[in-house]
Amino acid sequence: MKIHEYQAKALFQSYGIPIPRGHIAKTPEDTLKASQTIKKGPFVVKAQVHTGGRGKVGGISIVESPVEAEAFADEILGTRLVTGQSGEEGKPVHTLLVEEALLSKMEIYLGIVIDRTQGCPAILASVQGGIEIEEVVRENPGMVITEIIHPAIGLRPFQLGRISYGMHLDGKLIKKMGNIIQNLYRLFLDKDCSLAEINPLVVKKDGEMVALDAKLNFDDNALFRHPDIAALRDLSQENPLEIEASKYNLNYIKLKGNVGCMVNGAGLAMATMDLIKLSGAEPANFLDVGGGATTEMVREGFKLLLSDEDVKVIFINIFGGILRCDTLAKGVVEAAQELCISFPIVVRLEGTNVIEGRKILVESGLKFTVASDLGDAAAKVAAAVNASKRGEF
Amino acid sequence: MRYALRRFEMSILIDQNTKVVVQGITGGEGAFHTRQMKEYGTKVVAGVTPGKGGQKFEGIPVFNTVRDAVHNTGANASAIFVPPSFAADAVLEAVDAELGTVVCLTEGIPTLDMVAVKQFMKDSSSKLIGPNTPGIISPGKCKIGVMAGYIHMPGRVGVISRSGTLTYEVVDQLTKLAIGQSSCVGIGGDPIIGMTFVDILNLFEKDKTTDIVVIIGEIGGRAEEDAAEFFRKNMSKPVVAFIAGITAPPGRRMGHAGAIITGGEGGAREKIEILEKAGITVVKNPSEIGETVARVLAVRKSTYRL
Repeated sequence: MKIHEYQAKALFQSYGIPIPRGHIAKTPEDTLKASQTIKKGPFVVKAQVHTGGRGKVGGISIVESPVEAEAFADEILGTRLVTGQSGEEGKPVHTLLVEEALLSKMEIYLGIVIDRTQGCPAILASVQGGIEIEEVVRENPGMVITEIIHPAIGLRPFQLGRISYGMHLDGKLIKKMGNIIQNLYRLFLDKDCSLAEINPLVVKKDGEMVALDAKLNFDDNALFRHPDIAALRDLSQENPLEIEASKYNLNYIKLKGNVGCMVNGAGLAMATMDLIKLSGAEPANFLDVGGGATTEMVREGFKLLLSDEDVKVIFINIFGGILRCDTLAKGVVEAAQELCISFPIVVRLEGTNVIEGRKILVESGLKFTVASDLGDAAAKVAAAVNASKRGEF
Repeated sequence: MRYALRRFEMSILIDQNTKVVVQGITGGEGAFHTRQMKEYGTKVVAGVTPGKGGQKFEGIPVFNTVRDAVHNTGANASAIFVPPSFAADAVLEAVDAELGTVVCLTEGIPTLDMVAVKQFMKDSSSKLIGPNTPGIISPGKCKIGVMAGYIHMPGRVGVISRSGTLTYEVVDQLTKLAIGQSSCVGIGGDPIIGMTFVDILNLFEKDKTTDIVVIIGEIGGRAEEDAAEFFRKNMSKPVVAFIAGITAPPGRRMGHAGAIITGGEGGAREKIEILEKAGITVVKNPSEIGETVARVLAVRKSTYRL
């Protein structure tokens, strides 16, 4: 789960990581007041959206006066910010973070992630802050310091030393840097983060260190033990269809194409999307109804597919195991009868109770195209897409 | 004679002599799959549910702790059907009781819980399969998992996968072509897992009952890249691979927590390229995995006269 920068900074503050003076604002008037409270300009006004690359598309503005801050707020609040990482539809801007602008003499990158190969948390640090760490790794791998943390012995002083000396920090900064790393690591563990990142961590002209930006992602599997974090979820930053799906424990991701697909199991769902693409069509979504879906989940999943206006053809690919084919077929028929469907549905069923499942589909009187295996299904989906292009449905 | 020989052929990790303890045997999932495993022929000798020690589940003795179960029944493998918040502890208990093979079927375990488990396992000889896996099956011998037994067929193809239903799809394609499997292992879809592709490839390479291995990978992480490296350096048996997720958008979680492409690492195209460079046959179309295995096997038979 993602949270906003201002929420991450509040957590930083409670963990003793210094942040710039700032306030959030939801209206232009608030923005004016917020900058007046900070008193001295220049100010930085930052759009709060769950996506990176804000700065490059005008989501961040440096202004000299509260009036200019208000003008910027007036311009950007209520719009959708489209960045290189946000997808075409962009993310709505309804909150701004107004902060004092800081003059820095050094920009550091500091991040904590889980290293999958080692199976341990890893700290990444670099003196090349302010740009994406992936870029630094690509262009200047020697500039990134990595420390793997053993979960039992924890983060040790010698590791803090290796990071600070590796970045050639001098006297007073070493202690400050050490504190910030320790505090960020404590936050990472306490709140089950999947990513904790400060980019950049700046050294001000007066030698103080401040987290200019803040990014925290959380492990969805651990949210059950962090109700405080779960409460920070901002539904406006998520696709409405995806929110609807999560209510029924369905795993749905909206894509660009027009073949809506419903599959059980994430791996098979991805393979199904790949298959659709290979057959010359484009998947409209990723929808995994899970291994143990109920008739209700299948029905809701199917409705979800239909509520996507881009969908012209539906492809249902189920390998029954725990989810039995007859359960699936009942759900599909119920949903299809409830909502009048005017476009083709290709169904491929295999596995547990497949004969009963196919029988339910055939006896429903609805028009399903039944495919015998994956290859056959791909051909039938492609044919249906072409027919729909010619307006035959 | 032939029968006697076959009886002593060992498959990897589990076989007809494996004695299984089911942790969480009285829960919904645990109960259902215990019945399914027994029906398949797996020797389920014990169950564990704290507080229910002394009871019986359909004739199987239930114990409070894994240690009690091992002492009383000689169990040497575990199947874990415990809710996510307690599952990591269940794995630790099984490892501490020195079970040889520990299969954790639970989905949704917090990553940091698995960090501790992974480190603990480094000092142990136990092998962990999963979590978030359909399990492991050696067709005709033993099944520790949730896969439908009937789609499998005894034979000589080893299957390793990060996913569930996609594995069934591949196994089904193989069985329909009358190509049997020696063992099928789901290594699990989470970011931190026990045995990896490399660990299982190593077992299959040494396994006398396996001629060829199928890897079913997906986007995210470096598991397939490591497998390619291992294959190039250490394997004589052919490997066929499929990577799911070539159409996946970057940065999104596609069902499995492990299947996220972040920062340019773990994309399907990069993985396919690396596997092919190592000499692994990569299938692009998921409907053609079975026939590709058949083709590679045919070439190998004509070359080596197996």
